[in-house]
Amino acid sequence: MFTFLFFFLIIASFMCLYRVMVGPTPPDRMVAIDILGIIVVGMCALFAAQTKREFYLYIAISWSILSFVGTLALVKFLEGRGFDE
Amino acid sequence: MSNSFAVAFIIIGVTFDLLGCLGLIRLPDIYNRLQAATKSVTLGTCAILFGVALEFGIINSGGIKALICILFVMFTSPTAAHALARGSHIRGFKLWKGSVVDKLKKDRES
Repeated sequence: MFTFLFFFLIIASFMCLYRVMVGPTPPDRMVAIDILGIIVVGMCALFAAQTKREFYLYIAISWSILSFVGTLALVKFLEGRGFDE
Repeated sequence: MSNSFAVAFIIIGVTFDLLGCLGLIRLPDIYNRLQAATKSVTLGTCAILFGVALEFGIINSGGIKALICILFVMFTSPTAAHALARGSHIRGFKLWKGSVVDKLKKDRES
């Protein structure tokens, strides 16, 4: 059962990587990286349910916050402002 | 996997993730892609985390951690999507030619 779920999530991740590779404009790639971070959070939760260990949920929490901060840094770069404004 | 409600939530979440990434590929524009991908992938990941919380038990320590992770995802992901759409509109990326309304442009001109 978990094999099929991981298979579908890996297909979704490869769709995001396709958009990262061929996206015609820079914001397309930024959207794909953001979505890839959220999918990795779900995948960590599935690992936690499969192995009955809870420390994968720590990885999920910290990954969600780091994905948010990374996306905001890319958006400031996109708007043409410096990082210290 | 003993709890059948947990299995149902996890399957719903994986389906939403897959359909959101399909929208990320199929749609023509940055704003349409953002609209399709962010909402459905956020809902799908929250459904997966809620299913995992039901699997661990809500008042158990693993369930509490999964609920905290739901809280973080539901706060941070729409904020990032909003900032990304506004930034790309400020930078001047064009809408798709079939789009009918652009209220942010009208708002910024006035």
